[in-house]
Amino acid sequence: MADDPQDARMRAIRARNRALLLVLIGLVALFYALTFVRMGGH
Amino acid sequence: MSDLPTTAVAPVSGAAVGDYVQILKPRVMSLVVFTGVVGLVMAPGHLHPFLAAVAILCIAVGAGASGAINMWYDRDIDRVMRRTASRPLPAGRMLPGEALGFGCVLAVGSVVVMGLAVNWVAAELLALTIGFYVFVYTMWLKRRTPQNIVIGGAAGALPPLIGWAAVTGDVAWGAIALFAIIFFWTPPHFWALSLYKADEYAAAGVPMLPVVAGPRETKRQMLLYTLVLWPVTAAPWLLGVSGLIYAVGAGVLSLLFTVSAIRVCRDESDRGARQMFVFSLAYLALLFALLLIDHAVMTPVWGGAA
Repeated sequence: MADDPQDARMRAIRARNRALLLVLIGLVALFYALTFVRMGGH
Repeated sequence: MSDLPTTAVAPVSGAAVGDYVQILKPRVMSLVVFTGVVGLVMAPGHLHPFLAAVAILCIAVGAGASGAINMWYDRDIDRVMRRTASRPLPAGRMLPGEALGFGCVLAVGSVVVMGLAVNWVAAELLALTIGFYVFVYTMWLKRRTPQNIVIGGAAGALPPLIGWAAVTGDVAWGAIALFAIIFFWTPPHFWALSLYKADEYAAAGVPMLPVVAGPRETKRQMLLYTLVLWPVTAAPWLLGVSGLIYAVGAGVLSLLFTVSAIRVCRDESDRGARQMFVFSLAYLALLFALLLIDHAVMTPVWGGAA
């Protein structure tokens, strides 16, 4: 059975939103770790 | 006219996460990252491993950003060429504005993070790399001159300098030697590809050397570049950045690359060019792997190369 194009589009957008959330969480973790490393004198 | 109120809504495509990954040109990115890592490892001095990882991440993201903006600009010719027709933009899976916005955000982000986390010399070199690839190669040279990939190749050759500068905060002769290897490797690599894709480049109006000067002249210039690579690849050894393991390996690889170019000159079919294109990828990867191996062997004896 063929997928409804609208459903497929919504699934793609949801997957993009989840990926964006992961990237933002990754950036927060990156800057958190960077702060520790830079404050450590390196 | 309709009485219904109209609201301006920004169009949103159904581009999948994989499409966003694809416009970052991950295969090109992998080679850029590898050469950047070699520059970082070869540089004298010490960088905290976490900061080194951040520097490599920034190089990767910056390279991806360049790829995304390139795909945005070249979407019209990508549609014409079989090799690129299935990319997200020409295939209609992604809107041009999405690719441009994605690329610009990543470009600015990678440069700012590199500057804040590592140092501003590396960040400036990363910005120069992205700017050179987008403005000089993609927008200026690519559609105007058969020397497009010769001059534009400088963008692809800069990552070892960025890696080196991430450690030392400056650019030394050793780093310039690594730059030169990639710079002189780029023309025979891309001309091998364009020899058997000449019809597609001609249809797209891209003046690659085989399209403008013909296969005979292209093959002659490819052979010349492989000969120039002999002294250029010896430079890291001559400058004392690497040792004999690298020097011998580089000599053997350059010999094989030249033999490959001679085969292309004698071959009337596409077979030789296809083989040379594949070998050129292995050639660069092995050269830089040899630099790493040699450095690993040299370091315990002399307490650090260069």
